[in-house]
Amino acid sequence: MGNIPKRKMVDTDNIVDPMLPLPYQVERVRKDTYDTFTVELKSADGKRQFPFEAGQFNMVYVFGVGEVPISISGDPSRPEVLVHTIRAVGLVTEAMRKLRPKDLVGVRGPFGNHWPMEEAEGNDVVIVAGGIGLAPLRPALYHIISHREKYGRIFLLHGARTPDDLLFMKEIERWRGRSVMEIHVTVDRALGNWGGNVGVVTTLIPKAGFDPVNTVAMVCGPEIMMRFTVLDLRGQGLETSKIYVSMERNMKCGIGLCGHCQFGPTFICKDGPIFSFDQIQGMFAKREI
Amino acid sequence: METLRPIIVEHAFFKGFKPEHIDLIVGCASNVRFNAGEFLLRAGEEATQFFILRQGKVALEQFAAERGSIIIQTLGEGDILGWSWLVSPYQWVFDARAMELTRAIAFDGKCLRTKCEEDHDLGYELLKRFTPIIARRLEATRIQLLDIYGKYSEKKNGRHG
Repeated sequence: MGNIPKRKMVDTDNIVDPMLPLPYQVERVRKDTYDTFTVELKSADGKRQFPFEAGQFNMVYVFGVGEVPISISGDPSRPEVLVHTIRAVGLVTEAMRKLRPKDLVGVRGPFGNHWPMEEAEGNDVVIVAGGIGLAPLRPALYHIISHREKYGRIFLLHGARTPDDLLFMKEIERWRGRSVMEIHVTVDRALGNWGGNVGVVTTLIPKAGFDPVNTVAMVCGPEIMMRFTVLDLRGQGLETSKIYVSMERNMKCGIGLCGHCQFGPTFICKDGPIFSFDQIQGMFAKREI
Repeated sequence: METLRPIIVEHAFFKGFKPEHIDLIVGCASNVRFNAGEFLLRAGEEATQFFILRQGKVALEQFAAERGSIIIQTLGEGDILGWSWLVSPYQWVFDARAMELTRAIAFDGKCLRTKCEEDHDLGYELLKRFTPIIARRLEATRIQLLDIYGKYSEKKNGRHG
């Protein structure tokens, strides 16, 4: 494996103490699906902004329960509000589901590197999102939309388990209506009253019709989904150096100290979570790693 | 049928076929159209055709009395629908329903089977093209079976936001 190129990593110098959670107040909670919800946070003193790059994550602490890594799903051009979209799958995220306006949580971050927005300029961009994987990609979509002239054709390929699991559909329909990108949505299973596509998200890739020579792909979802997505993107002629994936491991400290998220010679929290596939293909889907 | 020749020759599925094989295939082809809600094929019926979808969307589905129709896969423009005409006992296993106005080229399976028996090179060329389609659909089905977006799948080392 080559050296991990240092795109923009976490700048812990700008964080007063990266291990100290700062209090943030819940402004709004919105139910997205039966198990997924979005919380909007503002600093408890109402003064602090939260600048971040698309693809970064925070450690979010529910006091008395625990702390988990959550990607930022909001608009990078709106640092006054911190947005997280969360799927309730464990103790802490279940507690987060019960959050209500004015509740306080602790936030450390932002941590990690970001989607290759600069590298993608001048190229077509294929965004492949599986399930909750759309949440960390949404800031990249916001960035592209607000800098639309810098990019070529944009393809959003979104897969979910069922129609009820599809995230941000109102927003996606708005984007579709404004013709800012080509959007293809599919689900793994559906009943007869569903009018959209049924099939795994990889089936959308050959039909998208992008030019592999001038395309950058950003992929986020369960690792199995990313593995098959990368295979299909490569099958369409995309080089592995132009395919970026967002990895997930057991992030704890967020600054590469504790070692919980070690992934071969890298730490996901510090060197990632976003890697170009050529950086990690030797380790990807290896059961020993 | 000759009017279908340019469409058939242009389709990726038939790329590389010898002209004499294209002649045989064109002889088994017909232009068909289905309105939304019409069935292209029904489970249990004799599998006599396969289709190249030119326009529209088709749901491959199974009816369950307690749940209604369950869509297994959708197919659209450019896709190939149906391989049961190749596999004994030549019966459709699922229903295929047009979700919207669908235009397709239908190929007479019995006609093609007869021609393949007479010309094994034609049979081999067809199988070479159907096998990857079957393999890819099997692979996709296996991924669906993994339930990769299920709660358990995303709990350990998984993504929850």
